Amino acid sequence: MSSAPKPNVKSLSCPNCGGSVQVRGMGRAATVVCIQCLSVLDATSPSLTVLQTFKAAERYQPLIPLGTRGKMRGDPYEVIGFQVRELMADGVPYSWSEYLLFNPFKGFRYLSEYNGHWNDITTIKSVPMNTQEGGRAAKQHLATKYVHFQHYDATTIYVMGEFPWQVRVGEKAVCDDYIAPPYILSSEASDNEVNWSIGEYTAPETIWKNFGLKTTPPSPVGVFANQPSQQKGEVAKSWGRWLFWTTALFVLQLFWSVFDSNRKVFQETYTFVQNKAGTQAEHSFVTPVFELPGRTSSVKVDLATDLNNNGAFFNLALINTENGKAFDFSRQVGYYSGRDSDGSWTEGKQKDSVVLPSIEPGKYYLRVEPEGDPSETNASVPVKYQITVKRDVPTWGYFWIGAILLLIPPIWTSIRSGSFESKRWAESDYGGGSSGSSSSDED
Amino acid sequence: MSQPKSTCPNCGAPIEFQFSSAVQTTCPYCQSILVRHDVDLKKVGQVADLPPEVSPIQLLTEGIYGNKAFRVVGRIIYQYEQGYWNEWHCVTNTGESLWLSDAMAEYAVTRMVKPQTALPPQEQVRPGQRFSWQGVTYELTSVNRAHYLGVQGELPFEYWDKRDLIFADLKTEGVKFGTIDYSEEPPLLFLGEHVEFDTLRLKNLRELEGW
Repeated sequence: MSSAPKPNVKSLSCPNCGGSVQVRGMGRAATVVCIQCLSVLDATSPSLTVLQTFKAAERYQPLIPLGTRGKMRGDPYEVIGFQVRELMADGVPYSWSEYLLFNPFKGFRYLSEYNGHWNDITTIKSVPMNTQEGGRAAKQHLATKYVHFQHYDATTIYVMGEFPWQVRVGEKAVCDDYIAPPYILSSEASDNEVNWSIGEYTAPETIWKNFGLKTTPPSPVGVFANQPSQQKGEVAKSWGRWLFWTTALFVLQLFWSVFDSNRKVFQETYTFVQNKAGTQAEHSFVTPVFELPGRTSSVKVDLATDLNNNGAFFNLALINTENGKAFDFSRQVGYYSGRDSDGSWTEGKQKDSVVLPSIEPGKYYLRVEPEGDPSETNASVPVKYQITVKRDVPTWGYFWIGAILLLIPPIWTSIRSGSFESKRWAESDYGGGSSGSSSSDED
Repeated sequence: MSQPKSTCPNCGAPIEFQFSSAVQTTCPYCQSILVRHDVDLKKVGQVADLPPEVSPIQLLTEGIYGNKAFRVVGRIIYQYEQGYWNEWHCVTNTGESLWLSDAMAEYAVTRMVKPQTALPPQEQVRPGQRFSWQGVTYELTSVNRAHYLGVQGELPFEYWDKRDLIFADLKTEGVKFGTIDYSEEPPLLFLGEHVEFDTLRLKNLRELEGW
């Protein structure tokens, strides 16, 4: 082998048009195409007998020119053949390209291209086993299970270069694709033979680099059958991150809870009696000033009443003596009990509390306005109630907000992954969409 | 190992055998097909023009299969609908015959085996039939017709007057496969496996221009 191997090309002339026909397959070719007059010639006959002349609606140009050499899996290969094939789905033709690569020692492999998506394909000699996956037909090959994706008839519509088997334009094969991204397992049945191959989804950039192409590969459109989902691994990872951070937040929250001082800064007991209906006297008053120490943190106001079969409404305001800032809040408290045919019952509570999440330190007082409900039967019973103010109580509000915010990335990733998978399967026989082959193909 | 030596009855050239059990060989000088009965060689035919070489393998190519070194000593060339196909006859360092086939640069190694039960006659083979040999299930996938093109070098049997031949292909769920060769009566069974080119570690390959 010389240090700089050059493609070995034999030039012959086409018996049909006299144009030049190049043969690169070193005796392996069965057919070769004269691209000038679109004739399929018998490469095994010295005179290149014409086997077929075909018409083409379009003169396709391979993205990797015939004769280009590149490395695939460490071995040099030369592009020697190119064909365009087509399938019909609901009356719409879809076409893709296949490139035949040749190495005289290692044999043949293929590249396929559809809408910018590439697969690196080799044939397999064993027969994959029938199996099932989620109620769908599947095939087992070695350790991998491939799920059925689509069934279609592939028709050759254009041929260039040479092939080691008999190719003809118009030739049909019955195909089935099974997927296990990034792999695709395909069967192709012709007259008396079923051939199996495995393709691996390959980034166009990899192929362009391997073949030293100076052009720009077409950008992939949509999601291809065996295109690996970028999100697939990310979904599990993002839920893992969610679990980690939520646990960390929970531990931090517990830590804070232990260290929150939960200090009582004010407590007093009062009594009020609701006026008779119609009178408008107010019971509002202000408490003595108390100090909220430390940093800006939470304040909890507890109300404990002796209400019994009675209700009351408390309007409260925590007012800063220094800057007059007021935090208004109110609570409806009521407690009822009794006995009926179902036994004894209670409703409501005598206690309630309010947490004000972030109150700066300073001197404060409470304005309190208790209000009874004149319609209550026990409206005239005096109500005794105790107000307790606690500083720096453990609050769980931020924890829950944090926990919910942490849920956004994994949910987003899951949705995107789901949408990737539905785009993938939309093109299959199971998509229920407009594309993919119809059930009429499966007979 | 002392190799039997002889001379070509046609041109007198010395004929040296690589494989002591060879029954047939070809004279590298005059292309006569020679068959060995007893000690003498008898010319039974003449090698027709062989098709252009396609295989990187040639006579005296060496390799390793299953921990045994082997050397290519002969071949049978067939033509089938997909082109040419070579069955290279190899002899291992333990004197065993192996067949290394190269069909469209796909390689396989087979051995002739004696089936425990009789093989179905040619007119009864159908795709879908199953057989079990040496604990492996084989499914008959196709029956193909091949055309005998020629021979070269040493073979373990006489193989020189054939024309069209019928082969039944048998596949398994793995790399193992089988072939029933209906050119003889009773038919011959070959069992083996597909192999990767690199695993054979072949030496003394034919030089391929441009590669």
